[in-house]
Amino acid sequence: MCLAVPGRIEEVYEKDGLRMGRLDFGGVVKEVCLEYLPEAGPGDYAIVHVGFAISKLDEEAAAQTLEALREMGELDGPEWRPGDEDGAPAG
Amino acid sequence: MAKNLDPGKWSCPLPLRSYPNVVLGHGSGGQLTADLIQQLFLPAFRNSALEALGDAAVVAAAGLRLAFSTDAYVVRPLVFPGGSLGELAVNGTINDLAVAGARPLFLSAAFLVEEGFPIEQLARLVQRMAAAAREAGVEIVTGDTKVVDKGHGDGCYITTAGIGLVSEGVQLGPQRIEPGDAVILSGPIGDHGIAVLSVREGLEFGARIESDTAALHTLVETILETPGAVRFMRDPTRGGVAAALNEVAAAAGKGIVLEEEKIPVRAEVEAACELLGLDPLTVANEGKLLAVVDPAAAPAILERMRAHPLGRDAQVIGRITAEHPGAVTLRTSIGAARVIPMPVGELLPRIC
Amino acid sequence: MKHLAEYRDAAIARGLLREIERLATRPWTIMEVCGGQTHSIIRTGIDQVLPAGLELVHGPGCPVCVTPLELIDKAVAIAARPGVVFCSFGDMLRVPGSAKDLFQAKSEGADVRVVYSPLDALRLARENPGREVVFFAVGFETTAPANAMAVKVARRDGIANFSLLVSHVLVPPAIEAILRAPGNRVQAFLAAGHVCTVMGYRQYVPIAERHRVPIVVAGFEPVDLLDGIRRAVAQLEHGEARVENAYARAVTRDGNLAARKLLGEVFEVTDRNWRGIGLIPASGWRLAPGYRDFDAESRFDVGALSVGESPLCRSGEVLQGAIKPTDCPAFGKECTPRTPLGATMVSSEGACAAYYNYRRRAVAPDPD
Repeated sequence: MCLAVPGRIEEVYEKDGLRMGRLDFGGVVKEVCLEYLPEAGPGDYAIVHVGFAISKLDEEAAAQTLEALREMGELDGPEWRPGDEDGAPAG
Repeated sequence: MAKNLDPGKWSCPLPLRSYPNVVLGHGSGGQLTADLIQQLFLPAFRNSALEALGDAAVVAAAGLRLAFSTDAYVVRPLVFPGGSLGELAVNGTINDLAVAGARPLFLSAAFLVEEGFPIEQLARLVQRMAAAAREAGVEIVTGDTKVVDKGHGDGCYITTAGIGLVSEGVQLGPQRIEPGDAVILSGPIGDHGIAVLSVREGLEFGARIESDTAALHTLVETILETPGAVRFMRDPTRGGVAAALNEVAAAAGKGIVLEEEKIPVRAEVEAACELLGLDPLTVANEGKLLAVVDPAAAPAILERMRAHPLGRDAQVIGRITAEHPGAVTLRTSIGAARVIPMPVGELLPRIC
Repeated sequence: MKHLAEYRDAAIARGLLREIERLATRPWTIMEVCGGQTHSIIRTGIDQVLPAGLELVHGPGCPVCVTPLELIDKAVAIAARPGVVFCSFGDMLRVPGSAKDLFQAKSEGADVRVVYSPLDALRLARENPGREVVFFAVGFETTAPANAMAVKVARRDGIANFSLLVSHVLVPPAIEAILRAPGNRVQAFLAAGHVCTVMGYRQYVPIAERHRVPIVVAGFEPVDLLDGIRRAVAQLEHGEARVENAYARAVTRDGNLAARKLLGEVFEVTDRNWRGIGLIPASGWRLAPGYRDFDAESRFDVGALSVGESPLCRSGEVLQGAIKPTDCPAFGKECTPRTPLGATMVSSEGACAAYYNYRRRAVAPDPD
């Protein structure tokens, strides 16, 4: 259920009486309804599902999570890369 | 209940029973299309040229080996970023001939036009076809025009057929594929399908995503310079790389293992796929080439492909295996494996 | 894509896997509730690289799968009416009713359209005042705000030719039902991250306490899922049973207040029949009395429909995690994504389709 992806708010405007915005999803821009994020503005990231922003992405929390997880990854073990094992194609 | 169902093949015995009418999926190039071919067309028309189920049939006539192919083009919208129905109708048939190892020579064009369709739009499509044929060095030598009542067609459809000449010494076929062979892809996937979908879904791109429609025959010529090293070629159109490679695996009776990280996908195409819930492997291409080649010759072939404008981003994306015959698998970024199935029907934005 | 690619980092995933291996001293069974998580797990192969004994079972969190059979039949019947434009998310078109799916209805002349958002359906209603535009409003708490907004705007702007065929379902009652079921073997849950963006996670606190079960709110990327699994295993090993938020960048305790406010206005709780599972009390939303005139079920009386499920299907047991898809005798034979016998095989996120698509041939043994 619930395919939702993060996008950056580029522009906020009103259309048909709804708070709408143009969001950039990694180079793809799509119009999204921002009614549920009254506080969010340009530069903020939002999680979008079926054309609606449903959550403002907390970038600070994201950075903290990633830092903690990266540290866990660096605790031990050699650098691991996919394809190192048998079976990587030539070229 | 189903008969003769081989669990190793995972094709479904029931779709024609469960769909008494033709549904859109029958034209998707995926499993439903394959079922129509296997259960309806092949039994009715059966002959050795057709049974090869190549993008073009290779037939002998007057001491020559001719490649012969036909394709109907029904894309909506008629004009999309990077191309139109006109270029597709020319390049698509050229590519079907090219991947059979042929030098394309002549095309036919049949126009099925709906009453009321503006002559100006028709003229524009025809001009684009002419330009594409000129660029490819192929002549459109015969044609037909039919008009259907208003409401009995959607603007304009084009069907082209083509004839090409297969050089002596060129022997291509799934039966030549061996375990260990390299699978080469000529460049990033999904551009055409996403360019068309973007118009329908109201997507804009930072960097413009254009259809990759192109005639591949000159790229194919560079590949065929190494005699014998090329086993088989396909152009992954409807159903994408997933459909094309599943067909290759099934026809060859071999397995295919792909490396997720080696498959080139433009960032914008990947982002659009994330947004719509699509797998880039199932999205259509109109100017990409898949070639199965002798692994020893792969580096030289790659080098020549990369020197060609249509093969600059060519990559070895996987290899042929003796294991799991008929199946395509992919090694994921965390080192696990998943099966790449034959797409079932048409691409649907996956939202829930 | 920023805030997506980082969570697919293979090095971080490897670190999490090592940590999970270090933590897990006993076999544990964890259910990921959401079909999107199942999809991601199978797609990346997380279940193949987890330590032996750590089992992931797939939950009922695919709205396509659990939409009641009778509602699919109603959708097909309404779509077939003259003058109706029937709009749906793409995934619902292949879901079989008793006799037909929406693709087949379309092939017989129904005007069935795939839309990306309920606002697209609302736009169609504005543009075609002479047609009745019906939107198939399926989904969990994540999707409900979009549908609520569409119907609210329809009321505000007087778009009388718009209606919703509602089949909303709710996660917490389903988790409760699974935990109460005799023979339940789920020891911890990964809660659906995107449901929680809307609803928050406070609803899960009493469930975790009442049933002594860890519930970890998790995202959808491999790193998110592995972090969720890691936290669930840590709680299980330490005998804890708390709600934990492993998706802090998107989920807060109280969720999206603006969305919850409108949900409270537009919808009311109702009993819901889950396909393959059965009736779960107070597990769905229907339009509240103030919006009932936008309810397609009452607007279009389709009469008595003969509703019946294929007897071969065991998708109910799969959805409850009681059996793996590969345990079902029909799996991969009579039942494939193209001719689905049960709802779990239909959606590309359904547990069976996920198995069939990504796993089956390479990894799982043949069923016979």
